[in-house]
Amino acid sequence: MAVGFAQWGNDLYTGRRSYDIVGHRRAFYLASAILVLISGFLLVKPGLNPGIEFRGGSEFVVSGIEGERDQQLAIDTVLAVASQESPEVTNLGGDSLRIQVAELTDAELKEVASALQAAFDVSQDEITTQFVGPTWGADVSSKAISGIVVFLVFVSVVMTAYFRNWRMALAALIALIHDLVITVGLYAGVGWEVTPATVIGFLTILGYSIYDTVVVFDKVRENTADTLDQTRFTYAEKANLAVNQTLVRSINTSVVALLPVSAILFVGAFILGAGTLRDIALALFVGMLVGAYSSIFLATPLEVSLREREPRIKAHTAKVLASRVPGAEGEAVAAASTVRAVGQLRAGAHQGQAAQPKRRKRSR
Amino acid sequence: MLLPFIAVFIGTKTSDATWTPKLALDLEGGTQIILTPVTTDGRQPTSEDITQAINVIRQRVDGSGVAEAEISSQGGNNIVVAIPGKASEETIAAVSRSSHMEFRPVLVEDYAITAQPSADPSVDPSAGPSADPSAEPTSAPTAGESAEPSPTQSSDTTADATDDESAPATAEPTEQPTAQPSDAASQEPSPAATAPSEPTSASDKAYWVTDEVQAQFDALDCTDPANLAGGVSGDPDKAFVACGVDSDGNSSMLKYILGPVEIDGSEISSAGSGLETLANGAIGSRWIVNMEFTSKGAKEFSDVTTRLASLTTPQNQFAMVLDGLVISAPSVDKTIPNGKAQISGSFNQTTAASLANRLSFGSLPLNFEVQSEQQISATLGTEQLQKGLLAGVIGLLLVVVYSLIQYRALGLLTVASLIVAATLTFGVIALLSWTQGYRLSLPGVAGLIVAIGITADSFIVYFERIRDELREGRTLGAAVERGWARARRTILASDAVNLIAAIVLYFLAVGGVRGFAFTLGLTTVIDVIVVFLFTHPVMELIAKTRFFNEGHAASGLDPRRLGVPGTRYVGRGKVAMGRREDTEPGEGSLAAEVRTPVASGVGGRGDGLTIAQRKAAERAAQQRLAQDPVADAPTDDATGDAPAEGSER
Repeated sequence: MAVGFAQWGNDLYTGRRSYDIVGHRRAFYLASAILVLISGFLLVKPGLNPGIEFRGGSEFVVSGIEGERDQQLAIDTVLAVASQESPEVTNLGGDSLRIQVAELTDAELKEVASALQAAFDVSQDEITTQFVGPTWGADVSSKAISGIVVFLVFVSVVMTAYFRNWRMALAALIALIHDLVITVGLYAGVGWEVTPATVIGFLTILGYSIYDTVVVFDKVRENTADTLDQTRFTYAEKANLAVNQTLVRSINTSVVALLPVSAILFVGAFILGAGTLRDIALALFVGMLVGAYSSIFLATPLEVSLREREPRIKAHTAKVLASRVPGAEGEAVAAASTVRAVGQLRAGAHQGQAAQPKRRKRSR
Repeated sequence: MLLPFIAVFIGTKTSDATWTPKLALDLEGGTQIILTPVTTDGRQPTSEDITQAINVIRQRVDGSGVAEAEISSQGGNNIVVAIPGKASEETIAAVSRSSHMEFRPVLVEDYAITAQPSADPSVDPSAGPSADPSAEPTSAPTAGESAEPSPTQSSDTTADATDDESAPATAEPTEQPTAQPSDAASQEPSPAATAPSEPTSASDKAYWVTDEVQAQFDALDCTDPANLAGGVSGDPDKAFVACGVDSDGNSSMLKYILGPVEIDGSEISSAGSGLETLANGAIGSRWIVNMEFTSKGAKEFSDVTTRLASLTTPQNQFAMVLDGLVISAPSVDKTIPNGKAQISGSFNQTTAASLANRLSFGSLPLNFEVQSEQQISATLGTEQLQKGLLAGVIGLLLVVVYSLIQYRALGLLTVASLIVAATLTFGVIALLSWTQGYRLSLPGVAGLIVAIGITADSFIVYFERIRDELREGRTLGAAVERGWARARRTILASDAVNLIAAIVLYFLAVGGVRGFAFTLGLTTVIDVIVVFLFTHPVMELIAKTRFFNEGHAASGLDPRRLGVPGTRYVGRGKVAMGRREDTEPGEGSLAAEVRTPVASGVGGRGDGLTIAQRKAAERAAQQRLAQDPVADAPTDDATGDAPAEGSER
C-alpha cells in the first residue's frame, strides 16, 4: 500500500497523474453548499445544546458506583430534596453517573450531595458537585462568542497581511467559515453538550484550517508567480497543479493529525463519556477533516474563481485557450497540458543541444 | 535540550521539585471557586484592585491551613480559587467573605510573640525564624515614623496621660455623624467591668483595653499563619486585637490593640505612591505614599490627627486595618486638615506602591460573588487522567505505525524525534511545575495528545521535501541539504501560525480550558527545537550511511520508488544513463513522464517538448521495453504511446 501511495504521490508531483480539482470546482462548490445548508438546519433544529457552564445550574457526579447504575434512584434522590426540579441523569465513564439540575441553593446542594452519597453507598470523596451561577454562564457564553469573533477578525488581518492579496485572503476566509459552520453544525447534530472545551476545540480548528490553507496557497503562489509571462498554461491549470502537488502532504499531515485526535475521541466517547476530552476531540476531529477537505477542494478553486475575474488573468486565460484551439478540444487539452506544468526543469532530462537556448519553431 | 532535566534534577536534590508534574484540580480532585468582586457602591474594580483582592484571598486561604491553593485572576475581573483536596466549609466561607478596610487608633503596640508584653527585641529573631527577614522592612517604617515625633518624648507612656490631654479629642467623635466612636461614647459599654464608665476618646486606653482584651492580646501569636489569615474586622465599636502584616502578607512581627473604628476605608478617595516633594519644591529621594480622603473623610481625619498628634508613641499612631490585619500604622506628628495625608518612612518603590495599592483597594467596599463552585472527587480525576494517558498512548502508537508504513526506516526517525519531543515536553512541564507552579489539567493533556500530530507534521513536511528533491534527481546528501532549506521555511511559518493561534487561544479561553492552549503553544516551541537540533542533524548523519544513501528499499528514500528517472545529469555536461535501471526497471521513468504530453497530441506551440526530449523519451522507452516487456499498467501505456507519437513527427 505504501509503495502504491508513494508512487501515487510521485505521479501527482510530476503531474503524470492529475486530478482536475479546479476544473470541477462547481461540483465541489455544490457539495460544500449542501454541507453548509445541512449544518445550518442542524444548528436550528436540534440546535446547540449548551452545557452547564453556559446555562448555569448544579451538577453532581457520583463515581465509583458498584454494580448496576440505577438512574431512577438518582432521580428519586434528587426529587426527595428538591421536588420542583427535573434532574437529567447520564452515565459517565465506567462507574459514574452525572445528574444535572437547575440551580439549587447552597444548602440544597449539600443536602442532595449527601443524599446521593447515601443512596449509592459511596464515600464522600466520590461525589463531585458543581454549581454555576447564571451570570457566570452568560459571561462564559458571551466570552466564547466574542472569542470566536476576535479570532476571525485576527485571522483575516493576518491572512491579508500574509498573502498581500485580498482574493487569497477572502478565499481562505470563506473556507474557514465553511469549516466552522460545518463543524458547529455537525456538533449540534451529534447533540453533545457544548462546554468550554468544545469552544476551544472550535477555536483550534480555525487555526488549523488556516494553516492547511496557507500551505496550499503557498504552493499556488509559487506555481502561478509567472503565469502572465508564459502562454502555455492558464492560471487555473497552474493552480490545479499546486493542489495536486500538495495533495500527498495534505493527506499525510491530516491523517497524522487526525490519528491522535481520533484516539482521544474514541477513549472519550466510549470509555469516559461526557467530558473535556470527548468534547475537544469531536470538535477537532470534524474540524480537521472538514479543514483538510476545504483547503484542497474549496479554498483553491475559490481563489481561482476570484482570480479569473481579474481582467489581466481573464485576458491571459482567453489567449492561452485560443492558442490551443487548433490543437485540440478545449478542456481535455487543458487537463493534459497541466501535466507539463510540473515545470521544474530537470537536470539531465535534456541532452545535447536541447540544453542550449531553444529556438522557436518557425511557423508551419 | 538537557537543561530542563538538569534544572529539575538539581531541584529535586536541593528543593521541593518533583519529577512528576503537579496536577490541576480536574485530575487531582479538589474545590474550585470562581468569584467576582462586586463593589457595593457601583464602582468598577480596577485590575490593581483585583490583584489586591487576590492577595487578600490568598492570605485567607493560607491562613486556613490549606496548602498549595492556587488563586488567579481570569478574564479580567474574575478570581479563580483552586483548593486541592476537600475544602472545609469554613475555608469556602472565608474565601468569599467580603473585604473591608477601616482606620483605628493604636492603643498598644508590641512584638508579635506571645506572653512577653515587654519583649526584648533580641527575642524577636528566635521567635519568628521564618518571618525574620521580612520583619525588618515593614516594622522599619513604623519605627521610622514614630521616631519623627520624638519631641513628645517628655511625656510619660502611662495610660492616664491620655485621659488628661485629650480634652479636644473627646469633643470630636461626637461631632462625627457616622463615625462609631460617637455611638460608642453615647452607649453604655457593657463588657467594660474594670474600665472607666465612659471613654473619653477612641484613644482612651484605660477604657478600651479591658482585661479581656489584654488577655486576648497576650495570647495572640502573630507568627502563627492562622492569625495572619485576615478575618472579620471585628466590632467597629470595640477595641480590636490585630497582627501587623507586611506587603507580602507575612507577619511584620508587631501586634496591636486598636481602638474603635474612626474612619471607614471607603472614605479614601485615592491613594498613590511617589517620591516626596521637598519644601523647596524639589523632588526628594524618599518614597512616600499619598492618600487623599473624601470631604467627609478629610474632616474625620483632621479630627483624628489633631488628637493623635498630641499623644505619645504608640498611641499617636493610627492603624490601617484591612480585613482584620494592620497593613500600616504610621504615627501622626501634626494635624492634617485637608484630607491629604502623606505617609513616609523607609519605603522603597515596591513597598510604597504596594501600600498605596492596598489603600486604594481598601477604599472599595468589595463583596465577592460566588459564580461557580466545583467539588471534584479525586476518584473521578484519577480516572480521567488514566483514560487521557491511554488515549495519548493509542494516538502515539497510531502515528508511529502510520509513519513507519509511509516512511519505512525513515519513520524510525519520526519515532525517535517524537520521543525526544515528548521527553523534552515532560522535562519542561516538570520544570514549570516546580518553578512557576504550573499544573497539568485535563485540557492540557488533550493539548499534549493533539500536539503529537502537529509535531509529526513537521517531520512529514521535511521528509516530503527531501523526497521532492530526490525526485528532481539529486543525490541524497544534496536532497537533504536543499530539502532542509525549503522545509525549514515551511516549518517555521507553520509553527509561527500555530504559536500565534495558541497565544490567542490562551487569552480567549473560557473556563478552565486554558491548559489546552498552553500545552499546544509549548509543544509548538518544542517542535521547532527538536526539528532543528535533533531531527535535522540526525537526518544529515543517516544520509551518509549506506543504507539510506544507496536508497535501500526499506529506507523510505529509495529514489526508484520515488520515480527518479534513469537518466540523470551528473555534472560537467555529462549524463548518466541507466545507472539505476539494473535494479528496478518497472518504476516510473522519463518515458512515463514524457508520455502524457506527447499523447495529448498537441503538436502546436503549446507543446513544450524539444526534439532531444522526445528522442530521449523514445530511447528510454525502448530500453525498458527491451528489458521488461511486461511492465506495470501505466508504464505499459507509456511504452506503447511514446514511440508511436514520436514516429508521427
